[in-house]
Amino acid sequence: MLSETRGWGFWLLAAFFVLFVLFLYGPLSTIVLLSFQGENGGLTFPMNGFSFTWFGRLFETQAVGDFGGSFRRSLSLGVMVMAVTVLVSLLAGLAFRRRFRASTPLFYLAVASLIVPSILISLGIGLLFQVIGIRPAWYSSAFGAHLTWTLPFGLLIMLAVFNRFNTAYEEAARDLGASPWQTFRFVVLPLILPSLIGVALFGFTLSYDEFARTMMTAGTFNTLPLEIYAMTTNVTTPVLYALGTVTTGLSFLVIFTALAVVLVLQRRRARLGSDAGKGTL
Amino acid sequence: MARPADLELASVTKRYGGTVAVDSISLKIKAGTYCCLLGPSGCGKSSTLRMIAGHESVSDGDIVLGNQIVNDKPPAQRGSAMMFQSYALFPHLSVRDNVAFSLRMKGIDKPTRHKRADEMLALVDMTPYAERLPAQLSGGQQQRVALARALVTDPQILLLDEPLSALDPFLKIRVRAELKRFQRELGISFIHVTHSQEEAMALADLVVIMSHGRIEQAGAPRAIFETPASEFVARFIGGHNILPIFGKTVSVRADRVSLVPQDDAPGGRRAIVRSTEYQGSNVVVGLVAEDGTELVAIVPDKVFFARPVEVGDATAVTWDEADIHEFAA
Repeated sequence: MLSETRGWGFWLLAAFFVLFVLFLYGPLSTIVLLSFQGENGGLTFPMNGFSFTWFGRLFETQAVGDFGGSFRRSLSLGVMVMAVTVLVSLLAGLAFRRRFRASTPLFYLAVASLIVPSILISLGIGLLFQVIGIRPAWYSSAFGAHLTWTLPFGLLIMLAVFNRFNTAYEEAARDLGASPWQTFRFVVLPLILPSLIGVALFGFTLSYDEFARTMMTAGTFNTLPLEIYAMTTNVTTPVLYALGTVTTGLSFLVIFTALAVVLVLQRRRARLGSDAGKGTL
Repeated sequence: MARPADLELASVTKRYGGTVAVDSISLKIKAGTYCCLLGPSGCGKSSTLRMIAGHESVSDGDIVLGNQIVNDKPPAQRGSAMMFQSYALFPHLSVRDNVAFSLRMKGIDKPTRHKRADEMLALVDMTPYAERLPAQLSGGQQQRVALARALVTDPQILLLDEPLSALDPFLKIRVRAELKRFQRELGISFIHVTHSQEEAMALADLVVIMSHGRIEQAGAPRAIFETPASEFVARFIGGHNILPIFGKTVSVRADRVSLVPQDDAPGGRRAIVRSTEYQGSNVVVGLVAEDGTELVAIVPDKVFFARPVEVGDATAVTWDEADIHEFAA
């Protein structure tokens, strides 16, 4: 069993993993590739030359559809959902650290909306708004619909975070004279900050690409996923692919920036503790 | 430095729902004492320490530090400081900021608190590590930072919750010598919770042995080892044989038991050797007497090898009449 060469199991799993990656990025690379379609090219292969035409067209007024507006709406909605998700999940996570009356039923009630099909929630909220007589809109009914998705996720993450949180840090802070607020501000918050950033990114992406829960709740103006969907039936040019490429690129940019920031912070911390170059043995 | 203060526990009780964790214990610890709370897990020693620290409410009784009852005071206003098990150093703060934390909470400005922190770090010999994060320190170094962080609050009494349990055996012995040195130099009381009798013996001026929420015996290490108050204490402290003599249960120290050939000791007990364990300066011989009582003899190596025995040998054990200790209870 201690042979130096890898067994067949390794190669089998490696092949499986390669297939998985292909499956994941194959369609994406097709779209990226087709977005560089030549001026006279169509929606499918073969490539008819190579150009940036469709990226230029992206920023012109479309015959049908409104990229700019829907992108701005999706972005604003994503940021709103992100902010509320972080705040409420954090507070709820703190609350659930102690057992309180009816905490268990409340917990199940909160996460139940993860199980209910998204489209039903969307339909329900849309109907409710109609019954009450408020016009549904992306910033009201769709905002609420997105929160039914992101809040339970955020809560679950915070529960996991606080489950692992060592209460000795808080006791130590108390022992050193910190008030409850100081304990939270100077000890708890910095320690859970990476998880909070995770919740924020999670909340944003869940909202940004949410389709089913927006469908019946967006009202007059579409969010980006709805707009793209509408356009797949109307738009017959690779402008659609250009849009896909730009939004994917934007997502990668955000992710890599976040990773880079984390890496730089870690490096800076590590450098403080290194003996390198100080001439000590 | 704060003036060292006496600590008194008066019928202190801790109940969790229906169970009693600490059962009306009373204890006086004079200023400047190194006190070890010793006992098996679940004996109430940690609860006692946490009540003194203020991290656990007192169900009944009083905790008096100096000349005031501190039952209802928050931890930081008691004049005590606590060093936590595995230290609980804040992982996101540098060593200096960890030590300066309590000063920052009081709103003391940065230059002043950094100066105080650096003084404390100098005291524990950690000056070169001020910029580091706790994760970049060894266990022994973390322990010193935790000590500095507790001492910067100028406590009248320092509470240590199993401070050596996170260290490897070699480091344990070195760090415990350091703790003793700090305690002597500072002149304040240290109350140190441990389940290791060896640690307690090595460090303490006052050993408090606890079991089931009660104090079994409190006294100097030597008094406890030579005159254990109960069978429990004798068993827990180790190095004692517990055996029935004339209908009473008594103890005889293992190092006072001698092995003699059966024919030479008409008054000795006959026993069979069950095990021998060479420990360098001593050999520990396990025996079982004719009546089934298990015995241990700790024999100096010179004596043992003058007349060695092996497993299965028949021999006899004797001791001086004066070495038989009757329990007080």
